[in-house]
Amino acid sequence: MIDVIEASGPAVVELRGADKVFANGMRGLAPIDLTVHSGEFVTLIGPSGCGKSTLLKLIANLITPTSGRLGWWGEDFGQVGQAGHQMGFVFQEPTLMPWSRVATNVRLPLDLAGVTRAEAAPRVDAALAQVDLTAFRRHYPRQLSGGMRMRVSIARALVTDPDLLLMDEPFGALDEFTRNKLDDDLLRLSFQRRLTTVFVTHSLYEAVFLSTRVIVMASNPGRVFAEFRVDEPEPRGDDFRTSVRFAELSSRLSKILHEASLASGRLP
Amino acid sequence: MAPIAVGALILALWEGACRFWHVPAYLFPMPSAIVAALVHNWPVLLRALGTTMLITLQAFVIAVVLGTLIAFVFVQNKAIEASLFPYAVLLQVTPVVAVAPLIIILVKNTALSLTICAAVVAIFPVISNTTIGLHSVDPGLLSYFRMNKATRLATLLRLRIPSALPFFLAGLRIASGLALIGAVVAEFVAGTGGQSAGLAYQILQAGFQLDIPLMFAALFLIAVSGVLLYLLMVGLNKALLGHWHESALAEER
Repeated sequence: MIDVIEASGPAVVELRGADKVFANGMRGLAPIDLTVHSGEFVTLIGPSGCGKSTLLKLIANLITPTSGRLGWWGEDFGQVGQAGHQMGFVFQEPTLMPWSRVATNVRLPLDLAGVTRAEAAPRVDAALAQVDLTAFRRHYPRQLSGGMRMRVSIARALVTDPDLLLMDEPFGALDEFTRNKLDDDLLRLSFQRRLTTVFVTHSLYEAVFLSTRVIVMASNPGRVFAEFRVDEPEPRGDDFRTSVRFAELSSRLSKILHEASLASGRLP
Repeated sequence: MAPIAVGALILALWEGACRFWHVPAYLFPMPSAIVAALVHNWPVLLRALGTTMLITLQAFVIAVVLGTLIAFVFVQNKAIEASLFPYAVLLQVTPVVAVAPLIIILVKNTALSLTICAAVVAIFPVISNTTIGLHSVDPGLLSYFRMNKATRLATLLRLRIPSALPFFLAGLRIASGLALIGAVVAEFVAGTGGQSAGLAYQILQAGFQLDIPLMFAALFLIAVSGVLLYLLMVGLNKALLGHWHESALAEER
């Protein structure tokens, strides 16, 4: 189960020896080699301080590597955003514009890309329908619950019809029921739209439930410790969540995580 | 309602006390005497009020436009802000009474010199609040805009300006009051009489003539204008931010 990585689709993101040393001299990430293939759902998990968010920010080009290379669809970041190379990002917080209505928030990436209102309208409607928020399109973010705000944030990421979806612990602040519901929705969407996703989480159950591949990271310095495949077919639902197999996978991942935190020189 | 009730109570006690102890009007006039003075001198006072309000509004507009432009220059570059902000502070801590004579000597046109004095007083909160506002952008949203390759203009219009708006409006609220204070103080220093005399001159005149009720009447008009300006700013705040910002939302219980 571990280390056996068969190549699926073409490479969407490739990191070759990419590392990150912060301005204060701290080493955030040791050089990392990682390829995310089309159609994969890759989860980054590990003890806090292992650089999983840093790795995701590298992939999102929010920060640049100190050395090494990154490629998106085999090219540099310049052509990300063009047709077939769309990237969506969901933050830890909903990160919405409080002065704009839900529909305007969802439309933002299209507005920034210069898409006309008329062209954007049906796409906004579709994205809102996908997260069940059609009835709330004229609401303001403050009028929504935490889970609904997160769904707006997801709709905003989906509206560009992304070929790569990056999510940084998007459901970390939510209660377990809401989180499970959103996990279900996310999985359904990613299956329907054949999304390529890189997802950061603290929860090993979430990692097992969502992923096709789990990257376990260790800290001091942040590095890839192990890879773990979950070859459960899609679609997955509550049956999978309550299955013996799920429990087995979870306990195996739990052991690897424990080893990762020992290797990090501190307990989680 | 509550502030009005408190005001009415204070006026009643004031009137009663003045009548009970027979306080002479030249020491401390009764509210009824002030109202009488107000009615009797209405045309003069109204013209004076018009003059003062014109200077106040001109100064306010100048302070808002200039202050906002300066704030926009400040946020372009840390070095610009660091090297120029101390001078904005200098402007703020220099008492207008001290600089007003200089401005009045330098600028021939009285109305213009008074406007400049008042604008100098009112501009600092606009600069400082707008600068803070333009800096207070959600870093997550800023990253999101950058990730989506937003242009500088789009980031300014769709992110920086809406983020700054609550701070800017709070600055306007302070500046509107300061513009009025600046206008009145400058009038005091200038001591201009004649047709274009403002409320401050009426107060000075009334003081010389020991017409204390008239003095209070002029003072009352200044206070009312100040409150009205403030309410206008509160209304503007509500109109612009009512749908989203905490400062303008009705409390939900």
